[in-house]
Parts: sequence; structure tokens; C-alpha cells
Amino acid sequence: MISELFSVTVLIGILASGIRLATPYLYASIGETFGQRSGVLNLGVEGQMLLGAFAAFFVALTTGNLWFGVLAAMIVGALMGLLMAFVTVNLHAQQGISGIGFYLFGLGMSDLLFQKLMGTVETVKGFPPLKIPFLSNIPGVGEIFFNQNILVYGAYLLVPAAWFVLNKTTLGLKIRSVGENPDAADSLGVSVARVRYFTIILGGVLSGIAGASLSIALLNVFQQNMTSGLGFIAVALVYFGGWRPWGVLGGALLFSMVNSLQLWIQVLGIPIPSDIAVMMPYVLTILVLVATVSRVRAPTALTRPFERED
Amino acid sequence: MPAMKKFFQSDGLSRLVDSLLPIFATLAALLLGAVMLFLLKVNPIEAYKALWDGAFGSTNAFAETLVKATPLLLVGLGICISFRGDVINIGGEGQMIIGAILATWVGLTFTGLPGWLVVTLSMIAGFLGGAIWGGIPGVLKAYFSVNEILSTVMMNAIAVQLMNFLLRGPMIDPSQAELSSKIPQTARLLEIFRLPRLAPTRLHLGALIAVALAVLVYILLWRTTLGYRIRAVGQNPHASRYAGIKVQRYIVLALLLSGAFSGLAGATQVFGVNYRMITDGSSSGFTGSAGFNGIVAALFGQLHPIMTIPASILFGALLVGANKMQRVVQVPSALVIALNGLVVVFVVSIEFLRRRRQRRRLAAAKQNDESPPSPEPLKQLETGT
Amino acid sequence: MKKFAWLLTLIVALSMVLAACGTAAPATEAPVAATEAPVAATEAPVVATEPPVPAEPFRVAVVMPSAINDLAFSQSMYDALVRIQEEMGGPEAFEFVYSEGMFVVDDAAAAIRDYASQGYNLVIAHGSQYGSSLQEIAPDFPETSFAWGTTAETFGLPNIFAYEAASQEGGYVNGVLAATLSTSKVIGVVGPIEVGDAKLYVDGFKAGVAATNPEVQVNVNYIGSFSDVALASEAATTHISAGADAMTGTAQMVVGAIGKAEEAGALWFGTQSNQSSLAPSIVVASQVYHWEVVLKEMIAMINEGELGGVSFRIDLENGGEVIEFNPEYALSDDAKALAEATIKGIADGTITITLP
Repeated sequence: MISELFSVTVLIGILASGIRLATPYLYASIGETFGQRSGVLNLGVEGQMLLGAFAAFFVALTTGNLWFGVLAAMIVGALMGLLMAFVTVNLHAQQGISGIGFYLFGLGMSDLLFQKLMGTVETVKGFPPLKIPFLSNIPGVGEIFFNQNILVYGAYLLVPAAWFVLNKTTLGLKIRSVGENPDAADSLGVSVARVRYFTIILGGVLSGIAGASLSIALLNVFQQNMTSGLGFIAVALVYFGGWRPWGVLGGALLFSMVNSLQLWIQVLGIPIPSDIAVMMPYVLTILVLVATVSRVRAPTALTRPFERED
Repeated sequence: MPAMKKFFQSDGLSRLVDSLLPIFATLAALLLGAVMLFLLKVNPIEAYKALWDGAFGSTNAFAETLVKATPLLLVGLGICISFRGDVINIGGEGQMIIGAILATWVGLTFTGLPGWLVVTLSMIAGFLGGAIWGGIPGVLKAYFSVNEILSTVMMNAIAVQLMNFLLRGPMIDPSQAELSSKIPQTARLLEIFRLPRLAPTRLHLGALIAVALAVLVYILLWRTTLGYRIRAVGQNPHASRYAGIKVQRYIVLALLLSGAFSGLAGATQVFGVNYRMITDGSSSGFTGSAGFNGIVAALFGQLHPIMTIPASILFGALLVGANKMQRVVQVPSALVIALNGLVVVFVVSIEFLRRRRQRRRLAAAKQNDESPPSPEPLKQLETGT
Repeated sequence: MKKFAWLLTLIVALSMVLAACGTAAPATEAPVAATEAPVAATEAPVVATEPPVPAEPFRVAVVMPSAINDLAFSQSMYDALVRIQEEMGGPEAFEFVYSEGMFVVDDAAAAIRDYASQGYNLVIAHGSQYGSSLQEIAPDFPETSFAWGTTAETFGLPNIFAYEAASQEGGYVNGVLAATLSTSKVIGVVGPIEVGDAKLYVDGFKAGVAATNPEVQVNVNYIGSFSDVALASEAATTHISAGADAMTGTAQMVVGAIGKAEEAGALWFGTQSNQSSLAPSIVVASQVYHWEVVLKEMIAMINEGELGGVSFRIDLENGGEVIEFNPEYALSDDAKALAEATIKGIADGTITITLP
């Protein structure tokens, strides 16, 4: 049984499903990375994802256009981000707690809308797999990397894009300086508030897409609390990745692949109690971090509201 | 008018208004909720009357509110410690579970000992269980630079699976093990092992323990070297290191103590309310999300152990009352959750007003060249961060 | 600037909430309308005789762990109560209220106690995790009747009815069908956690497969959650990669798995509620719970002054469990005949199901 774990089918299965499972984490975690690099912790990702998932699903269902669904998710995410930005930037509210508040609001509101507008679980035809010509024909690799739907590709393209923006552009420099030393940034004429508004709203938009990737690309269904803690894992993965897009990618892939590995362990009948198997991705994520002690420092101003001294 | 303005700016009254601000915020959130209720074709007045009745309407209702507030307060006390030490413990759910498991194990194992002894031992076991589950992220943070938000989120998930494994396997109620339904629950605690009830309601001794501990935590934080050092490390780890404080040790202690209080919350839930552990596969089925809501309660109480008492009662009342509201006017439970979210957002937002008023008071005090401002409001100023 | 930001956000917040509820308002009656559909499909033989219409309505309160539209456990109870209400002649004769989403055990206890103190004739605690609370509460309200499920235990109290579902029976039938229809000889199962109703169903399913064709392999995946739709979906994909061409699963998160089965063209067998609407092309049959069968017996007993002490069970024999075939799936006559013979065999006791 254990030897079966190393068969080609299983390895391809683990990699392909790991790639898929990582998709919502990538959108949400990259969004959160931008926020945290500018000094804002948003624990409300899960709520933003749920509202995004519902908006995408409902709009796609009623208009029949999946892209309208994605757009709706982005708008809803942006609105949630705007509220969060107002509360944390203008009102200097404690970031962690306002995030928990927004999480509860999104959890309840998405469910309420679902009950009142739909009433019962329905399905929608989501984004189909998009085969990349030639590449998708490569045995194994093609199946894993080049036979996914468009939102999956989008998530992986987002990683280098985020890296580029953060490290190679003036905008990225502003974001980082606001997160490291807002006073200095302010004295150089960078508007701390404006930068944080931007990153928080961007985070909201990406969390919205993360929700959409679940409801109209990967699962094609909406149900109450369907994210089931995924948004909190996404926040955790930002720490795993040390606030760097590539690190986030590594964390998302590790967590997702171990999760699909534990599904295979059960399917192959390897005698481990199911609960213990389910624990694996959580335990391993911690262990990997312990083993690779990295001394990446958090953005200095993380969770600190900025107030101009005057 | 100037006289009136002066009156409103007088220090005592100003502070009174400050302490009432969270209540104003809650009312504002409920006002927005009223609009939602109205649109759902529910009479908001009827709905909120039900909410009030459910929380304060009768002796039993108020007792239920206090029962709900007990774990919030205990978790909140732990949060006061860890947030003062600048560590963000969102692992309360997992810590409650592990504390409850250990306490339940003691309660089911030492059946031959006298009741008071077993209850005491169980509470200690709960405290220890939580301490272990909080201490691990503490060690990971202090010595392996693993961020505590990451580790506590992961440890919550691990605790849930551990609970499911134990309750359907090694710790399952022997009478359930034989039935086909196999409900994942432990055996019931003997009656002599239960926390005594304080009235002919569900209110139990745990509530008094929690209040007593609030005083103890206050003393710990402001009257002992340990508390001073935890706060010092929280405010400025670099300066603390120069001052010779072993920063890592206090990071571990802050998380460990924080977890311990959550563990105790779990133990009192079992010994005071449920009398056994049952799982529905999630953490909230057992904890009622107290591990999260306790954080909110502590922040409502401005991270002050004594202030966390009324804050927990307020939040507990809201949770209990909202359930009653669902029953009376039959609104979806989802509305209740969304409403709680609004309350949390409004309450943290109104902190803004309080801080601004406080700054003005300080400025006024400076202008009048009175005695230098006491350090206390300064500290409170920082709790918002 | 600051004032502007205030105003802007207030407007946005308000408009969001208003938009949410404004569109919601007209649809308030939707859930009731939606639940009428399954009623038409019901063929459940009525065991209890029509109770006489009492002068005052019979009042029932129910406490449920998830939402009334979960397409699973809670919905099965809600639908049953709607059906009873219709049969008994509307809210004048039969009135019911519910608390949904009561997954927190001690919140549920508070709800149960509150309902009991309001003089409901029957208070239903619809979740096996509520038993302990009921054991505490029931003795305080000797005039009120309580029902608890799913379990067989009444704690020996005279005012508690117990009810459970022999979910292994429907599982067995589904298993027989799945083993017959599977060509790859691999079947996948997606479960929540390995306990209670879910475990019973899965074990029955496995027994059905083994009895039909011992060579067919059943792979089981418990995902450790009742709500993680994404993981349920990925579990289904894993089964498909492992060669499964027929699948089943239990609890509310399986909606994620059904979609994957549909994409891969694998067959799906449902349980707890009729899941055909989710994927009409691949759902072969669903085991549906008709709790009204036992509820009506309870109501009849309560009307006669007996408040509890009896344990009920829905199964294929008493019609509390019904295998509903999906009319849109072209099931071969042979297979359907086999399924019906299996149902009959279980009902009359010629087929016995041995669970591990």
C-alpha cells in the first residue's frame, strides 16, 4: 500500500490537486502580503472570501457570465477593503479585532444573502479547464500544470507580478517604507494613508477573487461557510512565506500538497486514523518552519496605526 | 453654553462618557441592524425586545448571560496578558479544547477520590492543558521565530482533530461504543465532580472563579515583577533586552499563561455546563467560539482585566439575546452572526473617539499646568495599537 | 478630507446593507416554496392514521445544528415538518418554530429549555450532540414531550422519545447499485468524521458493495469536517484519479464532491436529502429521510397522553427511508429491479446487513 504512494498516478494526482487547492490561498495570501507589507494585519480575509464567493456565484448564476461574476467578487472585495481601510487607517481601530468583526459580518451576510436570494444549494457551470497548446500534451507535467482553469493560472501569474511590484517599482518601495517606517515615509512626502488604503483595498479585491475561484472555478457551488477556515490559513501562510510572494507560494504549495497527500493516504487504505491524517498539513507546516529557522523580520510597523506627530 | 461645555469637559464626567462609549457603539450597530430587520419584514422593536428579554429579562435569562460570559472572561484574561506582552494569541479555541480534554480525563479517571479534590485537580489539569497548547507556540516564537498567528491557527486545527480522534476512539463513552450510533462523546462526569451551581439556574461556580481570577490577573500585571516584565517586553523588546530582561522567556510565559486561561475556560465549560465532552467535528460546537470572542471581549475591556468583566457580560448578553431573538421572530441565524460582526466593528471603531477625547484631556491638563499626567492614561493610549 | 471619508464610508456601508436586504425582502417566502417540490415526489406510505384535528394547534419546536436548507441532515427534518403541517391542514392545526445553526451545544441547551418553558407540546432536539442537555432539561418539564435524534437512547425518562435512522439500509441499497453500475470496479466515498449517522451509512454502503461484488474496491475518505467544501471536492478528485467511476458521500459538504463527479462523468449516490437537482445527469438515487413517519407516531402518542419513553427508527420497512431514483438518469431496468428487490429484501428481513 505504501509503495503505491510512489506510483506515477498518485504523484501526478498529488501535484495536480496541490496546484488546484493552492489557488484560493495564493490570491488571498498575496493580497494579505501587500496589506502586511504596508503595516496592516487583516484577519477578515475569510469574510471577504465568503462575500466574494457568493457575489461571484450569484452574479454568474443570474447573468450566465462568469466574468461578471469575477467582477462582482472584486467589487464586493473592494468595498469590504474600503470599509476595513477606513476603520483601521482613519479611525486607528485595533486591526486584528476589526478584522474579526469583518469576518463575522462576511460570514453572516454571505449566508443571509444566500438564504434570501437563492434559498437552496445550486450549481453553476464554472470556468472549464483551459489546455495550453502543446504544453498540455507533455505526459505528466501537462496534466499537472497546463490543464487547469483560467483562475488557477491567474493565481500563479500573480506571484511574479506581486514580487515585481513589491521589489522593483516605486509603488512597492512606498508600500515597504510605509510598513517599515511610516514616520520616515511621511516626512519624505509619501501619504501613509493613501498607500494603506490602496493595499487594503487590493487585498480585498484579491480575497474576493479567491472566493470566486472557489465558487465559480474550482467547486462551482455556493454553501454557507464554504471556506471553512481557509481564509485564516491564508493569513498564516503570509507568515510562512516571510512576507515575500515566492515564500507564500512555497507555503501554499506545501500546505496544499500535504493535504492532497493525506487524501491519498486514506484512499490507498494506509492504516492511519482519518483524524490523524487530516492533521498532517497543519503539523508539517509548523515543522517545516521550525526546521528552516529563518530570521525574516516582520514589517516593523505591522499592526501599528500611523498617527502624524503634530 | 460655555458653562455646559465646561461641564462636559470636566474630567470625571468625561471619563464616564468614555467608559460608556462601547455601549453607544453597540447601540449604533443595533440601529443599523434594525434597518436590516425592517427589510427582512421583521419588526425591529419586537426583535430587540426579544434580545433584551433573552439577555436580561428574567433571573434565568441573566444567569444564561453570565454562563455565556464566563468562558469569554477567562479567555479574555489570558488575552489581556498576551496582548500586553505584544503576542497575538488566536489559539484560544485549541487551548480550550486541550484544557477540556485533560480536565475531563482527570474527572473520568480518578473516580475514587473525593469530589472537591477531583474538581480542583481537573481545573488544574485544564489550566495545564491550555498552558501546554499555548506554550508550544510560545517556544516556537521565542526560539524558532515561528510567528504566533501562524502557529496558533495551525494548532487550533490540530486540537480539533485530536479531539475528534480521542472522542470517537480512546475516550468514547463506553455505552456509546456498543451502540451503532457511536456518538463521539465521553462518559458523563459523576454528579459530585460537577462545579456547584449558584442558583436554580445553570450559573455555576466557574463564574465566580473567573471574577476572582480577573482580580488576580490585575495584580499579576501591575503589582508583580513578572507582570511588569511581560508588559515591558510587549512595549519595547529592545529596551527590555538592554535592561537585562530575558525577552524570550517572557514571550513564552505570555503565551503560556494566555493559553492556560483558555484551557481553564474549556475545563469550566465541561465541569460547569456540559458535564461531558461532545464533538460535532468542529471547535465551535464545543467552545461556542469563545476562543475568538474572548479576544473581542478583552479588547472591549481595553485589555484591562477588571474592565473585561463588564465587557464579557455585554458581549455574552448580545450572544444569548441574539439567540432568543432568532427564536422569537424567526430570523435566520446568519443575521445574528452578521449583527455581531457589526457590533465588533463599531466598538473597535469608536475607540477613535475615546482616544481623541483622552488626548484633548491631556492637552488641557498640560495647558492648565496641573500635575503631570498619570502614566495610566498613557498606557491606555497604547492599548489601541 | 476626513469628513468626506466618513461620509463616503457611511454611504457605502449603508448601501451595501440596504442592497443586501432590499433585494432580499421580496424573496422571503422562497424557502417554503422550494420545499414543496420534494413533497410531490414523496411516496412514503403513511403508517399512522390521520390524527383528529384538535381545537388548539399542536405546537412543535425544533433545534437543529445546521441550516434548514443544507440539503442534508437539518433540511430532512425541516422538510418533514413542512409536510406534516400540510397534511394536518396548515398552521391552524400544526404550528412549528425552529432554531437553526445551533451547532454550539450549550446554546442549543438554552434554546431547548426556553422552548420547553413556553409550553410547546413537542420539543425536538435534532442532533445527537444534544442528548446530554436533554437529559438535564427533560425532568424539569414533565408535562412537555421531548424528542432526540439520532439515537436509540431515552435515558429511561418518560418524556423523551428517541429516533434514529437505519442509514445503513439505504447505504446498502446504494452500495448494491454502485457495485452493479461501476465498470472500473473502484468506488469512492467522501465522509465528514468517522462517527454516527455518517459512519453507519458508509459501513452499510460498503456492506452492500461487498455483498454484490467482493472484487469491487471501496476507497473511503473522511475529510475531518462538515463544512470544508473545497477539501470534499478534492477528495472526490482523488477518488477519480484512483479510478473510481461511482461515488457517494454524506453530510452537507459533499456538494463540492458532486460537482467533481459530474465533471468526470462518475455516478453519484446521495443520502439524507434528494441531491438529484445538483447534478441531474449523474445522480442515480438518493436515500431520503422521511422523519414525518416517526413524528406522526409521536404526535399520536402525545395526543393520547403518552409523552415519551419509546425509541423509534426510520427504515426502509416503515417508509421513513425512501430510495428516490432520479428520473433524469436512465437507470437500466435490470439495475432498478435489483435495487427494488434489495429494498424489499431488507424490508422483509431476508437480507441482513452485517456491519463491521
